[in-house]
Amino acid sequence: MIVDKIKKREAQNVKAKKSNVDIPIGKWVKCDNCKEIIYKEKIRENLSICPNCGHYFRMHIGRRLELIIDEGTYKRFDINIETTNPLELEDYPKKLKTLREKTGLDEAVSCGTGNINGEKVVICIMDSGFLMGSMGIVVGEKITYAIEQAIKQKLPLIIFSVSGGARMQEGIISLMQMAKTTSALTKLDEAGLLYISVLTDPTYGGVTASFASLGDIVLAEPHAMIGFAGQRVIEQTIGESLPEGFQTAEFLLEHGFIDKIVERKDLKNILYRLIQFHKSSKDKK
Amino acid sequence: MANKKLTAWEKVEIARNPKRKTSLDYIEAIFDDFMELHGDRNFKDDRAIVCGLASIKGQNFTIIAEQKGRTTKENIERNFGMPNPESYRKAIRFMHQAEKFKRPVITFIDTKGAYPGIGAEERGQGEAIAKSMFEMAKLKVPVIAIVIGEGSSGGALAIGVANKVFMLENAIYSILSPEGYSSILWKDSSRYKEAAEKMKLTAEDLYNLKVIDKIIKEPVGDAEESFKKVVNILKKEIITTIAELSNLSEKEIVQNRYEKFRNMGEYMEV
Repeated sequence: MIVDKIKKREAQNVKAKKSNVDIPIGKWVKCDNCKEIIYKEKIRENLSICPNCGHYFRMHIGRRLELIIDEGTYKRFDINIETTNPLELEDYPKKLKTLREKTGLDEAVSCGTGNINGEKVVICIMDSGFLMGSMGIVVGEKITYAIEQAIKQKLPLIIFSVSGGARMQEGIISLMQMAKTTSALTKLDEAGLLYISVLTDPTYGGVTASFASLGDIVLAEPHAMIGFAGQRVIEQTIGESLPEGFQTAEFLLEHGFIDKIVERKDLKNILYRLIQFHKSSKDKK
Repeated sequence: MANKKLTAWEKVEIARNPKRKTSLDYIEAIFDDFMELHGDRNFKDDRAIVCGLASIKGQNFTIIAEQKGRTTKENIERNFGMPNPESYRKAIRFMHQAEKFKRPVITFIDTKGAYPGIGAEERGQGEAIAKSMFEMAKLKVPVIAIVIGEGSSGGALAIGVANKVFMLENAIYSILSPEGYSSILWKDSSRYKEAAEKMKLTAEDLYNLKVIDKIIKEPVGDAEESFKKVVNILKKEIITTIAELSNLSEKEIVQNRYEKFRNMGEYMEV
């Protein structure tokens, strides 16, 4: 579930976004990691990575698409849905509306088809700028729909995760999206299709405990924070502080839960090569 | 019935009451025969989930049950019913055997959640829960899940991907605890009672949301009498539901479960 630590980061992130990253106002950014003030364009040119210390800034859907998908090939699925607000929270629809206007996103994930060096794939990209990438009905439905499209069109599936977990505002129904997306993945598996899960900073809770952990191949960006329980919850439960490097991508690699850590600059090529490795020789040109 | 007047928070307190009957109490009372079997064949036997074989009148079942302790000592042994990844991996082992030997699976849900610990993260708590749901979704035998006490978060849902989900009248099932919910959503952990009302975590709410299929009434009055009645209802429901589901082909059993979870959460087209 979403953890306070992440919420704190989210708050920082939102603050940062107001004036900084990937928004064309203000020309300077303070790096979360090295605290250096850096010219924004420099970071953008550098794949949203701090040129001073190598810290990975979170990427918005648009930037991620630019990085991974061949120009002009992305076709967003024509699925336009909104939550029914199952807990009937008064301020939730208003909050969503404000977020949509502010971020230009309709929800915390965008799903469609596109090419990676000419190879057509189904791709889902989450965005931490929309309620911390949390999964409610819409995210669950869109990802499930994308999985079904991958099966229908016999395409590899790639999901870039960034999420605090199941969305609190939709309660138990958010929790059920874990079972929904996971069930859909069993069908993709039976169809013999490739699913590559790419974990980015941060991936937690119900997303880690469902589709994000179920890739045939699981990749992660360097230093991404990935886990089930949040760090503060763990600290409170065990009453001691956590070891250095706990829940980083490197920690998960060491413990056998991801296949490979891939630098941002190499992601597209690694995805392309993995797709090639999963094609039968007769399908290769 | 007096029960109708209970607030959501009062139900939370009932569901958490240390005197409330645990999975093993129900298992021992419902089934004619039960044998617990141990271990995930990989790391250890995590005792927050009990697995084993059971039968009613010659019909065999595989049992997977979250188990809180009935005494302080037992609670420590069972980690207060909070499973580590090994529990889910043990559950997966028993799911596979259930399929191999064509036994229906009955799961009992009663947990505050999967354990948040260093070791649990090192050994892939998230992956274990995801894989447990994944394997459960594929099972070619009928599955019934029964929420008997606290069904909290992914740690509960991990063994909840069933054809039919029953829930005791005073049990709760939720995305996380009301305390956690109010702390995350409102940054104020003292509003847990209000959170409990908002979260729709009672059996009635969940039935209306189509998250569960049946509410098992808990008669008021003498606790032991009430327990006996609940046991009898559960026993009858298990027998009739498994008989119904057994009319389906293996493919239909999987599809039936798939559609149930595929349709979770109504949305609006815009």
